[in-house]
Amino acid sequence: MSSVSETTVRSEIKGFRVARSRRNVAWTGLGALIVVVVLALFPYIVYSGTTNLMVQGFIVLTLASMWNLMAGYAGLVSVGQQGFVGLGAYFVLLLNIHNLSMFTALPIAAIGCGVAAVPLWWLVSRLRSGYFAIATWVLATTVMLVIEKFPSLGSGTGMSLPHTPNLSSTLLEADTYWIGLAVTVLALASVYLLLRGRLGLALTAIRDDEVAARSSGVRVGSARMLVFVIAGVGCGAAGALLAVSQLIVQPSAVFSVQWTAEMAFAVVIGGIGTIEGPILGTIVYMVLQQTLASYNAWYLIILGLVAILVVLVARRGLWGLADDYLHVRLFPVGYWLRTSERAARLASRRAAASPGPRSEATREGDG
Amino acid sequence: MTVNGAPLLEVNGLTVHHGQLRALDQVSFRVFPGEVYAVIGANGAGKSTLLRTISGLHRPTDGAIRFDGTDVTGLRPERRATAGIVMVPEGRRLFASLTLEENLQVGATYARTGEWNIERVYELFGWMRERRNQRTEQMSGGEQQSVAIGRALVANPRILLLDELSLGLAPVVVQRIYSMLPQILATGLTVVLVEQDVSQALRVASHIHCLLEGRTTLQGTPSDVTAEQVEAAYFGLAKQGDASLWPGSAPSSRGY
Amino acid sequence: MAWVSAVIQGILTGGLYALFACGLSLMFGVMKVVNLAHGDLAVVGGYVAVGVITVTHVPVLLSFLIVVPLMAILGYVLQRTVIQAALNRSILTTLLVTFGLSVVIENGLLQFINADSHSLGVGNSIVTGSFKISSQLQIGYLLLLIFAVAVVVLLGLQYFLTGSKYGRMIRAVADDQEAAQLSGIDYRHVFGIAAAIAFATVALAGIAYGMYSQFSPTTGTDTILLFAFAAVVIGGLGSLWGTLVGGIVLGVAQQIGAQINASDQLLAGYIVFLVVLVLRPQGLTARRAQT
Repeated sequence: MSSVSETTVRSEIKGFRVARSRRNVAWTGLGALIVVVVLALFPYIVYSGTTNLMVQGFIVLTLASMWNLMAGYAGLVSVGQQGFVGLGAYFVLLLNIHNLSMFTALPIAAIGCGVAAVPLWWLVSRLRSGYFAIATWVLATTVMLVIEKFPSLGSGTGMSLPHTPNLSSTLLEADTYWIGLAVTVLALASVYLLLRGRLGLALTAIRDDEVAARSSGVRVGSARMLVFVIAGVGCGAAGALLAVSQLIVQPSAVFSVQWTAEMAFAVVIGGIGTIEGPILGTIVYMVLQQTLASYNAWYLIILGLVAILVVLVARRGLWGLADDYLHVRLFPVGYWLRTSERAARLASRRAAASPGPRSEATREGDG
Repeated sequence: MTVNGAPLLEVNGLTVHHGQLRALDQVSFRVFPGEVYAVIGANGAGKSTLLRTISGLHRPTDGAIRFDGTDVTGLRPERRATAGIVMVPEGRRLFASLTLEENLQVGATYARTGEWNIERVYELFGWMRERRNQRTEQMSGGEQQSVAIGRALVANPRILLLDELSLGLAPVVVQRIYSMLPQILATGLTVVLVEQDVSQALRVASHIHCLLEGRTTLQGTPSDVTAEQVEAAYFGLAKQGDASLWPGSAPSSRGY
Repeated sequence: MAWVSAVIQGILTGGLYALFACGLSLMFGVMKVVNLAHGDLAVVGGYVAVGVITVTHVPVLLSFLIVVPLMAILGYVLQRTVIQAALNRSILTTLLVTFGLSVVIENGLLQFINADSHSLGVGNSIVTGSFKISSQLQIGYLLLLIFAVAVVVLLGLQYFLTGSKYGRMIRAVADDQEAAQLSGIDYRHVFGIAAAIAFATVALAGIAYGMYSQFSPTTGTDTILLFAFAAVVIGGLGSLWGTLVGGIVLGVAQQIGAQINASDQLLAGYIVFLVVLVLRPQGLTARRAQT
């Protein structure tokens, strides 16, 4: 037993506890509830043009929160999520052709995409970063090409939903809006709760050190697969929502890689690896799109340039900047150590005085 | 060439962190031309970190490094190499897809003028010439170590940093490699080496520097220090008065 | 007979694909960068050629003399600035940045040119003809020329990498970046050279594609990128000649697919790609598994 090992820190800090957030976030929960209620009332308050726009925003927000889950928390950069978007849309089309209401079809389509995600994950799970990215893109393109072979689904030109509900356009738009709101709230809430739980802990461990995580018993493969499947469900739901809102499904539109561009850029600009980031990013994206809409491809050019700039300069995006300066976390998923003030002062004084751990051990002779 | 017996390499108050871990803490020393300066210490003592920081692969959080009078603390590794600080890295780190000769050629890419070239290296290590078109992956540990040294030599360094030459090699191979040292020194080089094998280091060193948990615990020449002092500095045995922690040993002192 | 023609066509198209792929393979091999904008760069090369020809009235076959060096310089600059900055952060960042570049380039082209297809055409040169081996079997001069160019480029690259000082430096940096630094090499400069070469070859490929077929702003991601990547993966990462093998396999698979069903050309190629990805991600010619 050598005295070199006598440097284990004996915790002199008494009275600490582990908390889930830096400040009381009950207010955030209440705030979120209020926001949701207000949003739910929108169809009664605003014009349908606005609610239609909101639905577009819901689609992008859902996609963004999924892409963020994959890339920001699980390290899976996919440029093929448009495959699930298209798959979700076509599921709705298929079910609608068989006389199922498109609103009922939406959740089924989302779950269907989750089921489809399992064999697809098997195809790409062993691949790393760049390979993985390209493989997802190839998969998405392949899925599109396969679907285009079915004349019953409209082949290459697509098809309108044959059995739309017999409602006035206002009511239809309102119903679409509400289901879109539900999808988005569900998506955000699920991601938040999952990340706060064991999955989030596992993912953080994997992100920090995969080997260490594995040897600590973290099921790395399962964690990643779960993320991929959840993202599949989420993106599928967004695609289904797309079909419901457009009432037509065209392969080039629903399988467009532009969806990936939009969700990735929204996440990156808003702040990758945070829950608040995708929300902020989607808002930025929608503002840009509306401001530049008449200038065709401009909004994508600017979005892309801003995204590149953000990634290189402000790594954690706009929300990261806000977090750094304001120390705000609306949806906390980490852990904080809360110690009593006195213990904290004592500990910092001690740390400043001692030149090294060994000296400390010999000085604190009384143990 | 240095003037007035000035040190070739001067390290002052070097503090290096790996993230939050402090790997080196206020390390200072000077190396004069022609010396063989050996840095010893247990695993994790910070020896390799020290050499990596001198070579430029790692940035210090505090402190300065001066080479031949010039401050090189902020210089990129490749600039230090062309200035004359060349390291043989831990674990050889040869270019796996290149042949022996190609490895040497790469080392000579930005070589300074001087005595050393590929031919000279072939003379030093007789076996190399025949196998110069072989890929180094297939060679033994000792052979790879020789190639790594050769790759550093052809750059004509002024100071050669040797990081754990003995790592993973059989003792007889290590002996053979260290026996080359005099021939290398004869061409006017200065050597700073890191060694876990203390007796090997003591055999070849002109100066010895012991690290423990990033801090200097001993500095001197092999003739100045006793075996017990080295042992105490290496393992960090308790200071005088705490003999009970290490039953049977005499109280030892830390030399600075 | 149609099958023989298809196979030969596929083999020769493999040369074009190899030309697309070798730059991608080089960038990944040397700096571990998957350049998602690679396909778009070929299209940029094509458009620059269109511009150069319009302005200087140089013959199509010689346009590469101006376009290729221009693209090489662009490659060096882009690598030393944007891509290096991304590399300094993480792999994720390089993927995002190259994806961003891809989107910006495509939409930039859409905005400032238009969405129509362009073709460089072949003018009045000799390549408009074809070998007539039999009444049913013809081999176009153009495709043969492209295949020959691809082989020449690969040979040139091989010679450069194995026999020149810079080639050695590139291989050294690819093997061990830090050890290369210890030998006095500034790896950022070497990366720049590798990128310059990659951009140069992909520009040449873009011109070849423009002569053989048509391109539009979205061709880069619609077709070229996936073809290039498929060729790299099928042939084996880190192998230059592997890109030719991969290109040929891809080309033949596509042509056979087209014989089965005219609209299944692309699908056949992608299915082969997926099969290889699943069964042997290290490719057909790679010596050991990719870790």
